[in-house]
Amino acid sequence: TSTVGRPQPQAKGEKTPISDTSYVGIDAILEQMRRKAMKQGFEFNVMVVGQSGLGKSTLMNTLFKSKVSRKSVQPNVEERIPKTVEIKSVSHDVEEKGVRMKLTVIDTPGFGDQINNENCWQPIMKFINDQYEAYLQEEININRKKRIPDTRVHCCIYFIPPTGHCLRPLDVEFMRHLSKVVNIVPVIAKADTLTLEERDSFKKTIREELRANGIDVYPQKEFDEDAEDRMINDKIREMIPFAVVGSDQEYQVNGKRILGRKTKWGTIEVENIAHCEFAYLRDLLIRTHMQNIKDITCSIHYETYRVRRLNESNPATPQPNGVAAQHEALSHEM
Amino acid sequence: MCRLLTADHRLYHQTEPWRHPEGGCTAIFRCNVNGAASFAKQSSRGFVLRLTAATMASTEIARQAGEGARGVPLSGHVGFDSMPDQLVNKSVNHGFCFNILCVGETGLGKSTLMDTLFNTKFEGEPTQHNQPGVTLKSNTYELQESNVRLKLTVVNTVGFGDQINKEDSYKSIVEFIDAQFEAYLQEELKIKRTLHSYHDTRIHACLYFIAPTGHSLKSLDLVTMKKLDSKVNIIPIIAKSDAISKSELAKFKIKITSELVSNGVQIYQFPTDDESVAEINSTMNSHLPFAVVGSTEEVKIGNKMVKARQYPWGTVQVENETHCDFVKLREMLIRVNMEDLREQTHTRHYELYRRCKLEEMGFKDTDPDSKPFSLQETYEAKRNEFMGELQKKEEEMRQMFVQRVKEKEAELKEAEKELHEKFDRLKKLHQDEKKKLEEKKKSLDDEVNTFKQKKTAAELLQNQAQQAGGSTTLKRDKERKN
Repeated sequence: TSTVGRPQPQAKGEKTPISDTSYVGIDAILEQMRRKAMKQGFEFNVMVVGQSGLGKSTLMNTLFKSKVSRKSVQPNVEERIPKTVEIKSVSHDVEEKGVRMKLTVIDTPGFGDQINNENCWQPIMKFINDQYEAYLQEEININRKKRIPDTRVHCCIYFIPPTGHCLRPLDVEFMRHLSKVVNIVPVIAKADTLTLEERDSFKKTIREELRANGIDVYPQKEFDEDAEDRMINDKIREMIPFAVVGSDQEYQVNGKRILGRKTKWGTIEVENIAHCEFAYLRDLLIRTHMQNIKDITCSIHYETYRVRRLNESNPATPQPNGVAAQHEALSHEM
Repeated sequence: MCRLLTADHRLYHQTEPWRHPEGGCTAIFRCNVNGAASFAKQSSRGFVLRLTAATMASTEIARQAGEGARGVPLSGHVGFDSMPDQLVNKSVNHGFCFNILCVGETGLGKSTLMDTLFNTKFEGEPTQHNQPGVTLKSNTYELQESNVRLKLTVVNTVGFGDQINKEDSYKSIVEFIDAQFEAYLQEELKIKRTLHSYHDTRIHACLYFIAPTGHSLKSLDLVTMKKLDSKVNIIPIIAKSDAISKSELAKFKIKITSELVSNGVQIYQFPTDDESVAEINSTMNSHLPFAVVGSTEEVKIGNKMVKARQYPWGTVQVENETHCDFVKLREMLIRVNMEDLREQTHTRHYELYRRCKLEEMGFKDTDPDSKPFSLQETYEAKRNEFMGELQKKEEEMRQMFVQRVKEKEAELKEAEKELHEKFDRLKKLHQDEKKKLEEKKKSLDDEVNTFKQKKTAAELLQNQAQQAGGSTTLKRDKERKN
């Protein structure tokens, strides 16, 4: 004998759970996405900016546990300091547990090293905009690649020298200009020269100065998606800039081999959060917020650039949105 | 020097140049991670690594690793292996969308199959057979399973195959599909756009329902599928397949497949490039078209309630793989290839549409040596054209306005003139009246005067008469009288 099936949930416009006697399999899409992501791999482009000698290369190598950045070799005095800011971009394929990533580290030797550092952020700004431009050009092609190669700078780590006082005018100027086009993550470099109290007051001063100058560093308050996000990001915002120490040397401490810096008065453990905040930086950049950093670059910074670029030809008249909207505007007028 | 990547993602570096013995090219490669050395030989399947260490598999297929980057080994756990999770979490927060188009004649069980596939009762009543043309009706539903939210859109062809003249049946379907591409393209071309929150309505999968005649495809089917195969992923299915016996079904499938091939219809092939699903997908590819049966009614078989159709001679169980291919369809469509269907739609069908549309609109890619921003220039040219047209229309409107004003002005002047005339007339009338009245008044005054004169004259006479006899008594009388 057949019986009419038990009442099925009406799937009209509201979220309805599918009856749990029969599994449809929609959530298998998560696995499908994961497979696709593993096959395609990821790209991540990070730029390091700061005066020479602040430990940028060492920090990169510590973050990615491999020699992704070559420390500047200084053979002789003439070759040491570049005359202008250079942009050096090096890519590496790294792989971990089946996940492949093309990591690009963009170094900026010469930043802040001259006597007159006026406008030294301009080559950097130009580089960042050039990457947006390259992406835009490929995107508007008629015959375009399946996967547009993403060379856009996702994150710019700015190294603040550990003076303990306040931000220098160069720091403020740089961050003010660049926070509008790229995600800036400021860090206090070589933080092992500051005591904990000095570190805290330095950080507080820096945060106040950033606020006073209207500089929005990552994670930006206005891009928090929901309450949960805001809570997590507020905690981070209270801690930035992270005070970091980098090292690629391993030492024996308490029977374990850990990365650190050995001094006469003790060994600074890089990954010990009681010693420095390297672990927080690593977690933010890599383990929890990497996708979010890329998303903000893609959907906000890049889009801002695109809007500006497409409006450039006709700055006088306000542009209606795109070609179709112009059709509409025309027909409305009639 | 070449670099090879194995299926389990170990990177091998070439350590010596290729040698060419008989039978192909070989060279020695060394693994970055563990230093193992192996021979590699180039073959049609890729590179075949023959490992020298006894502990590993004897041969492995490897492919060439990407250009432009140097592989570096990691000396510890960095943590970016959480990236797929971060990506998946973001997608879960956003929700997914999936759009299915069901093409088939009325009465082939399209709605029932959708209900069965997604285990819910979508609304709608069976359509009548007297539709004048083919229309497409689309409904969107929000489904949720564990933490995955899916916005499912099911589009049905209403009236397909019911007309006497079916020449234009496919047109509304093609137009609908194109309209979804167009909407996405417009959003993509906008200056201020919100692509990540855009509700994607492009059709990801087209289930083409073939009537279970048991013989061959109808010409309507062939024509329609041929028109659709470059626009959408077509998955042909044999509907109501419980009407065909097993042996007939096998012959029917072969006939359909050969007809599709001989007519050059490109149906969707389940992807076989990813190792984890290659096997199941290639098996399923050989079972196309799927013979399905849909049912939302449940029947007790043994001690379970299963979805089935009950006949006097037996019960067809929907989820029994020996009875029909429903399970295969669900597996392929939802559980294994949903993401690939979406991707193919975006990277192949949509790109093709976009390319054709932009070329039609007059855009051209410039060749690599010339610099200009071709889209920008053509945008500008079009913009100027529009501005020109806009100005022309404005001018016309202004002319019309001036004309109207003139007319109105003339009208008003006319009215004014009339009023003046009326005023003059009335004034004249008034004056005439006044004159008449004055004359009357004058004659009245004259009369009064004459009367007064007569009165005074009469009184005088009376006085004189009184004075003649007894003037004092008259006076006294007068005084008394007064």
